[in-house]
Amino acid sequence: MSRVALVTGASRGIGRAVAERLAADGYRVAVNYHTGSAAADEVVAAITAAGGEAMAVGADVGDGEAVTAMFGAVVERLGPVEVLVNNAGVTDDDLLLRMTPEAWDRVIRTNLSSAYLCTRAALRGMLKARWGRIVSVTSVAGITGNPGQANYAAAKAGLIGFTRSVAKEVGSRGITVNAVAPGFIDTDMTGALDDSVKEAALPAIALGRFGEPGEIAAAVGYLASDGAAYVTGHVLVVDGGLSF
Amino acid sequence: MDRAQVEEKMTELLVNELGIPKDKIAMGASFEADLEVDSLGVVELLMALEDTFGVTIPDEEAESIGTVGQAVDLVLEKLQS
Repeated sequence: MSRVALVTGASRGIGRAVAERLAADGYRVAVNYHTGSAAADEVVAAITAAGGEAMAVGADVGDGEAVTAMFGAVVERLGPVEVLVNNAGVTDDDLLLRMTPEAWDRVIRTNLSSAYLCTRAALRGMLKARWGRIVSVTSVAGITGNPGQANYAAAKAGLIGFTRSVAKEVGSRGITVNAVAPGFIDTDMTGALDDSVKEAALPAIALGRFGEPGEIAAAVGYLASDGAAYVTGHVLVVDGGLSF
Repeated sequence: MDRAQVEEKMTELLVNELGIPKDKIAMGASFEADLEVDSLGVVELLMALEDTFGVTIPDEEAESIGTVGQAVDLVLEKLQS
């Protein structure tokens, strides 16, 4: 039986590309969404049409009870989660002096606390199986910082520390924990940026273009694979040469 | 379930879930010192106990478990309550 993967925030953008990639690699995929129910159904339909198996599962991954319910639904339908991709993320940008406590909390909760909740829920089955893959989608912003994104960068940097700590905790049980750090990727999230910001970013990117979601999905696919069995606690930067 | 049955299941679980050699398991054996179970192993053991015996073991009570016999005692206590 093929392995089960759960991708959070998979109704669009990088999450969608990861879900489709893992399905193409033979995983049975749970496509998590929060508000985009129709979009998640579309992802499931696309995977099914391509000969894969997937289910949509709604949950606010920053909410502990919702995460418990989500894992219950996935385990019942597909079986224990063997590959977890912590991808769900939001931005709520502002200069720190103007950043509201709500904007801070929302971004930390959705981008960072979600990884704590989902990883804890997934680990139980992985420990039993003595095999597991956890991949979190962080960001170059969490490494280099970005003005206007103190909340987002803090959450993404937090994910890196989280990844390395958990990698040390569970490595002896055949479970790897890694992160992928995208730079500017062509998604709704970067689509919301001003054109002037995008144009200013291009000269800093060695490859001279924004990345495609599929290029992040390929990195996640590698870290989830058996070929990456000896890679753990690693942050794989996929940014077209933005940050080196 | 009586004590002998819990002891037998406990032994089975330690062998199968934690990979401890059967001849090392004794009721007086300490998980850390004698059986070389690390801190994550203790957490795994508790999860396995909960699944196997259908009991819930709160973290603060789990801290009192030092030996195999103490784990049996706690499971028996939970089964009876």
